[in-house]
Amino acid sequence: MRQGFRQSMAWLHAWSGLVVGWVLFCVFVTGTASYYRTEISQWMRPELAETASDPARSADLAAAYLQRAMPDATGWYIELPKPEKPLIGVMWWKSLEGPFHQALLDPATGTPTKARDTRGGDFLYRFHFELGMPPLWGRWIVGTCALVMLVALVSGIVTHRRIFADFFTFRRRRSQRGWLDAHNVFGVLALPFHLMITYTGLVTLAPMYMPWGVVSAYKGDEMRFYVDSGLMPELRAPSGKPGTLAPLSGMVAQGIAARGEAPEGVSVFNPADATPSVLAVFEEPHGLAHEHPQIAFDGATGAMLGSNGATRAAAKTSTVMLGLHEGHFAGAALRVLFFLCGVMGAATVATGLVLWAVARAPQGAEAEGFGLRLVRTLNVGTIVGLPAGIAAYFLANRLLPLDLAARADWEVGTFFGAWALVAVAGALRPAESVWREGLGLVGGLFLAVPVVGALTTGLHPLAGETRFLGFDAAMIALGILLGLAARKAGQARLRPALRADAGITGGEALRA
Amino acid sequence: MAPQKVARRRPAYRLAVVGRIVLAVAGGYAVAALLTALLSLTLPLVRSEAVATATLLSFAVMVAVVIYVFAAPTLGRAALTVAGLAAVLGGGLWLAGGFAAVGAA
Repeated sequence: MRQGFRQSMAWLHAWSGLVVGWVLFCVFVTGTASYYRTEISQWMRPELAETASDPARSADLAAAYLQRAMPDATGWYIELPKPEKPLIGVMWWKSLEGPFHQALLDPATGTPTKARDTRGGDFLYRFHFELGMPPLWGRWIVGTCALVMLVALVSGIVTHRRIFADFFTFRRRRSQRGWLDAHNVFGVLALPFHLMITYTGLVTLAPMYMPWGVVSAYKGDEMRFYVDSGLMPELRAPSGKPGTLAPLSGMVAQGIAARGEAPEGVSVFNPADATPSVLAVFEEPHGLAHEHPQIAFDGATGAMLGSNGATRAAAKTSTVMLGLHEGHFAGAALRVLFFLCGVMGAATVATGLVLWAVARAPQGAEAEGFGLRLVRTLNVGTIVGLPAGIAAYFLANRLLPLDLAARADWEVGTFFGAWALVAVAGALRPAESVWREGLGLVGGLFLAVPVVGALTTGLHPLAGETRFLGFDAAMIALGILLGLAARKAGQARLRPALRADAGITGGEALRA
Repeated sequence: MAPQKVARRRPAYRLAVVGRIVLAVAGGYAVAALLTALLSLTLPLVRSEAVATATLLSFAVMVAVVIYVFAAPTLGRAALTVAGLAAVLGGGLWLAGGFAAVGAA
């Protein structure tokens, strides 16, 4: 901490950014990948071709499977098949505290799918806000880091006094400003995105992070808040007596008749009770807001009970924030822009972390302290290690035997294993060459993904298969970019000679 | 540079940094939570709208408190301000019946 507002903010920016930087890098990278979650899942289940399925029949097949899997479950969720994901996803649980069981069924037979066992893009999506940890832990850690990110953004804006000019200026790289310049360019160019994505990310999980408004105003009847807000219809409480569920196909058909489209999913509450509730959940309508129209049914008779109301201004603001965060509304071109902004977010965090270490590099014969060594090791372990893990995850999807037991877990194990391996190797290599070697290795791994994919499945453009052109192109682009970065890191090492006239954004601020 | 580096290794400086972090985290969350609860009960809107408005604002409130805690000239002044703010909000929430409501639930 320093005297003066700008100085204390420079201190806050440097230190708050450092302590959460490694987690934020992971959140940005996997979140950015999640814009293409469906495409990643498609690539990871190459044996599934796009086909249309009957939603009503799929719902009955799923119910039959779930009745056998857990007749006394308190809840089911059925994700109906879509052309781009021709599988029935089923989830069931006895308690809302978990465990949650799930399976993927073939919509033609209602039995577990023959497609390879993988978590696909869903793994990266969940890692984005749960870090592969128990959900509650992961979500609180990510939320805390997101709040610190907001603090770092605000203090960074205060620190960077040329922010307004830089926002409208495209400067070619000036060699002496090195890492600081890169950090400023990535940070400032996509600043509106960074602020938006961080705040809306917190809002996405607001009921968990900040439940006190709901708790104080709804006094133990928290579900009423969601009904009042127009986010879900009213549901009935279980009677405690056993009963039978009516066929879901009839309710799905009524839903289709009412809304002119098939629901994307069906929730069943207390399926074994005499008063079960069924909720047909529809895709969000076209527009910014992330809102799911829902129709509730009496599960015992199949009669329609009602649907959720319209959202008012504040609830609408919330759902628009969710929509902005997820970007489902975005067409192909806008989604590319979201993706690039996400990449710039990851680059802002990465250059900031490197900058922190570079600015504190020992001068002359000074010995390197433990703290600095730790930061440098974690920097390499995260910035090189995580992408290596992702490339290894994709490669494992193609290389692991198809009949391997718990194959999906092996894929995830490969992700963490490759990451750990690269991180440990990075800690052992000398500082001069570790970035060049590490980035080169990861670039090579990404370039290998389309090659291995084509060789192991025989599905490639020369064989007339065009489904994976986009995915393959992205892998090649990533590989080339990382290769260029490795080359750059191998050239004359950038020195942190910072321009004096940059004011507080110069060396003073860096060492604050 | 050099004298300041030495000053920043002193235990008193480090304790003050720890103090500000604790105050920023605990005080920031407390003020944000109290304000969210108070606005949820008192904003002249439909109940669910008051709750949604207050909840949406809460993260900006917490960020503002954290920034203030680190910008304040001394830890003591920061602690007094945050505690005062929390006391006023807590009093308001008590008057609005917020604590009775939670206790009864």
